[in-house]
Amino acid sequence: MPGDTPLVQFVNIQKSYDGEILVVKDLNLDVAEGEFLTMLGPSGSGKTTCLLMLAGFEPATYGEIYLKGKAINKVPPHKRGIGMVFQNYALFPHMTVSENLAFPLEVRNIDKSERETRVKRALDMVQLGTFGDRRPAQLSGGQQQRVAVARSLVFDPDLVLMDEPLGALDKNLREQMQYEIKHIHENLGLTVVYVTHDQSEALTMSNRIAVFDDGIIQQCAPPQVLYEEPDNAFCANFIGENNRFLGKVIEDYGDTVKVEIDNNAGTIIAKKVKVEGVGVRCTLSLRPERVTVNPEPGALPNIFSGVAEELIYLGDHIRTRFTVCGHDDFIVKIPNSADHAHLKQGDTVNIGWTAEDCRALDPSD
Amino acid sequence: MNKIFKQALLAVATTTIVVAAQAETTLVIVSWGGAYTMSQQRAYHDPYMALNPDIKIVNDDSSSEGASKLRAMVEAGNVTWDLLDAEAPAAITLCDEGLVEEIDFDTVLDPAPDGTPASVDFGESIVSPCFIPQIAYSTTLGYRSDIFDVEPTKMADLFDLKKFPGKRALEKRPDPNLEWALIADGVPVKDVYKVLDTEAGVKRAFAKLDTIKDQVIWWTKGSQPMQLLSDGEVAFGSAYNGRLFQAIVVDKQPIKMLWDAQAIQLDGWVVPKGAPNKAEVMKYLRFASDTQRNADQAKYISYGPLRASSAKLVGKHADLGIDMAPHMPTAPENMKGAFFFDFLWWADNKDDLTERFEAWLAKG
Amino acid sequence: MAIAEAQNEVITTADGVPLKISLKKALWQRKKTALLLVAPLFFFVLITFLIPIFDMLLRSVDNSIVAEQFPTVVVEIRNWELNSTELPDEATFQALFKDFKAGAIEKTISRLGRRLNYELSGMSSLFRKTARKIKKVETPESATETMIALDKKWGKLETWRLIKRESGKYTSSYYLSAVDAKKTSDGSISMKDEDRQIYLGLFWRTIKLSTAITLLTIILGYPIAYLMATVKTKTSNLLIILVLLPFWTSLLVRTSAWIALLQKEGVINDILVAIGVLSDDGRLAMIHNETGTIIAMTHILLPFMVLPLFSVMKTIPPSYVRAARSMGATPFTAFRRVYLPNTIAGIGAGGILVFILAIGYYITPALVGGTKGTLISNFIAHHISSSLNWGLAAALGAILLALVLILYILYDKIVGISNMRLG
Repeated sequence: MPGDTPLVQFVNIQKSYDGEILVVKDLNLDVAEGEFLTMLGPSGSGKTTCLLMLAGFEPATYGEIYLKGKAINKVPPHKRGIGMVFQNYALFPHMTVSENLAFPLEVRNIDKSERETRVKRALDMVQLGTFGDRRPAQLSGGQQQRVAVARSLVFDPDLVLMDEPLGALDKNLREQMQYEIKHIHENLGLTVVYVTHDQSEALTMSNRIAVFDDGIIQQCAPPQVLYEEPDNAFCANFIGENNRFLGKVIEDYGDTVKVEIDNNAGTIIAKKVKVEGVGVRCTLSLRPERVTVNPEPGALPNIFSGVAEELIYLGDHIRTRFTVCGHDDFIVKIPNSADHAHLKQGDTVNIGWTAEDCRALDPSD
Repeated sequence: MNKIFKQALLAVATTTIVVAAQAETTLVIVSWGGAYTMSQQRAYHDPYMALNPDIKIVNDDSSSEGASKLRAMVEAGNVTWDLLDAEAPAAITLCDEGLVEEIDFDTVLDPAPDGTPASVDFGESIVSPCFIPQIAYSTTLGYRSDIFDVEPTKMADLFDLKKFPGKRALEKRPDPNLEWALIADGVPVKDVYKVLDTEAGVKRAFAKLDTIKDQVIWWTKGSQPMQLLSDGEVAFGSAYNGRLFQAIVVDKQPIKMLWDAQAIQLDGWVVPKGAPNKAEVMKYLRFASDTQRNADQAKYISYGPLRASSAKLVGKHADLGIDMAPHMPTAPENMKGAFFFDFLWWADNKDDLTERFEAWLAKG
Repeated sequence: MAIAEAQNEVITTADGVPLKISLKKALWQRKKTALLLVAPLFFFVLITFLIPIFDMLLRSVDNSIVAEQFPTVVVEIRNWELNSTELPDEATFQALFKDFKAGAIEKTISRLGRRLNYELSGMSSLFRKTARKIKKVETPESATETMIALDKKWGKLETWRLIKRESGKYTSSYYLSAVDAKKTSDGSISMKDEDRQIYLGLFWRTIKLSTAITLLTIILGYPIAYLMATVKTKTSNLLIILVLLPFWTSLLVRTSAWIALLQKEGVINDILVAIGVLSDDGRLAMIHNETGTIIAMTHILLPFMVLPLFSVMKTIPPSYVRAARSMGATPFTAFRRVYLPNTIAGIGAGGILVFILAIGYYITPALVGGTKGTLISNFIAHHISSSLNWGLAAALGAILLALVLILYILYDKIVGISNMRLG
């Protein structure tokens, strides 16, 4: 999918609003043509600011943004040719749906018949062919969302920016819209830069996810890499659920390390990802679904005895809270398979995991 | 100024003490405000309150709208005024309409010191059975003494924008502007009302006023023309001669008086029908209209007393010590060219002409 | 709650009462509460607003004073035709003498003279003169001769036609006067003489100046409201205080300040002369004319435009303009096509508020407007408080009220009243 030159390049971008705090610190990011890139992060992490700089609504304090290889810092928003979908859709309430869609074509002086054809095509694309004469206020949230997407695409922009576009929808609708947007992206071969704070949304839709925190991209990688192999403790925590142990490296085996958990609660063999040398402190990160209950003795390098403190039945899995190695917030997802372990509150059982699944990361916090 | 201030303070202090000491009757006396009310305060109110500690006199400066406000009060059935200082024509109309009391002069008022009954002492100035005369005043012109090379000398100069450019402040009512317009247009003073009584005469007066209309600022309260003259905002201003006296002689403003074609008018008291303290007010009137008091007012303002017996008593200004006689509108030097305001004619024609005047003004 | 059972015909609640009746009962309680909540304000508005307006409308046609002062005359004059070329008969003159003398002794007759003078000039002086003389006259043999001897106007058909015409309980003459028309002596309606026409010109001027003031407040208020809606709350609070400042100074202080600033020898002229923009004789006349009225009233009414605009703009998300810009609209196009249409509700609300306040304003124009800057309300005030022609004041007020209502209806038709937002 990626072309030769990236469609968008952020080079050494810095941004400050008040001259005291940098909300974006030295951002470098490329977006390839046809890519669906998501900027993910908690609020205040700088992701929306990056989007606004790209759209041209905020000037970069330092650095240069390139679009198709051309510096665009001095290009006003209306000349950038970038489509945008806003969190509250920003449909013009005084225009009908068709007028909203025709607006970008009108300001480009496209003649009337051409305009009508393209508006109709765009409405059909989002399955709202008969809603052209309605006002935005007469549409449901999902319909408005579709109109907003259609409007951002109707003038065939090179790039579409979406700023938390699904934030106002309820859960079911949100998931349905995620697929619709994904399909439109795939069918039209669009380049999309998408901003969200919802990690499952990011995982569902993106080719690549840039995780923002504190004005810095913590990791930029495809979803499965980000989930399976987080680079640092922030990414591990932010994406998906995660059990954490804090400890100190006591032995280094090259690919793996042996870590002693604080308070002498035991030692764990973990994959060496972002720790260097014996004696340094580190965070161990372990996904709840990678824990095995009642493993064969000796089959796994890490086996501990744990007490089941709480069981929550969630249908496809049973979420169980254990006390293990002195931590009483150790979560295990037991899949609801035919032969899964049947536990009761207060049972003491063995639980274990592989060294690969337990990643030794930087000692954040 | 300082002395006036001290006396005012003294008056306030006395009043306060009196208020504290006595259960009292409050008389609401409506007059014209400013220097005029002050002269009444000092000549009548203060001495009367000193003699009668149970009386408190409150001034209300509403006389410029006195007749209409009184009508409105009577319509509403709530008269709050005890005594109204009114011009003769207003007194006549109010009397015709039964809104003010008729007065039996010789029982209500004291005779002159030589025994002449009040009705004779006041003589012709009793223009209505409801009107207790007080002073003669005139509406005349003041002008800035610092802007013209040749100073104006006659009423026609008010209408001569070429020789005497600048704004004019005139009272927002037909009288005596219509008379002045005719005089300026060449009508002899004695024929003014004869001419004004005809439709052609009224048209002629308005036509003359038209020539300066866009240079006129119309005033409604006696203090406004003085302010406009002091600020240099107008070159001429019509005003009551007492106010002009105050500005020229007392406050030393660069203003001069033009006595030509001054309209001599009468001012006096009327007692509203339904006045809350009628009995007390009659006692007050007896005091305030006696020969000495009537003459005393002239110590403070250049208005002439209307009792024949008071005329001889007019002396010097209370604060400045200057002779008041030459400043009176009735001084022979000032009377050349003056005319007497025709009260009866205006009482009969005021409604008509006011309406026409308003229409004329609104034409813009 | 009762359970509704599905039955063949009527659905009832558990106790067998039909569902509809139960529902009505339940809702009645709510309605009663609502009525009780509204009642105090309703009575307040009724007493302080609706009844006075009704009274005003009544006064604008009320003519009972003629029948009160001329109780016998209005009866006798029924026998006399309006287009008759002869004077009424002796009986009518006798009635006139009787009523007039009674009124003269009561001192009430001159009020009727004032009333009739509104229709025909000279009536007031006729009544006053006659009243002064008639008290001394005994009941005469021939009232016709006596009355004409008292004043020859009693022998004129014009006088009698007026009395005949105005002898009814109600009159349209106040409304005619309010639009500079009159009934001629033969009963037809015509415009007044050129030099007696006031009100049509004043209505026109009032509308013209109010429109100018409204437009000025929009031009001046729109940018500031936009700024207030887009800056930080702290800054916008400060701006609101500045905008509201005119409200916190007394009207007279403010107006005096305008006079000091705008007059010929005032601050602004002094500065312009000092920096050489104007020559000393070329000082601008900015007060005691239309300019003065417009400046002072625009200042006073500006908050009424800014606040609704601000409250509307506050609700417009910045993303609207951003969306338009991202779609290729220049800043101006984005403003014209997207921002401006969304502020129409505020412009409408502010505009209608300012306009209605402006056409009813009278203190400020009276103080700074001179004669060219006075408005119709000044004349309403004049007729209420100084000429005491309340009938005419009421008629003028009623016409003004009608104008406002027409405006309101037009606004509703064009913009839609439900779109109006005041804050």
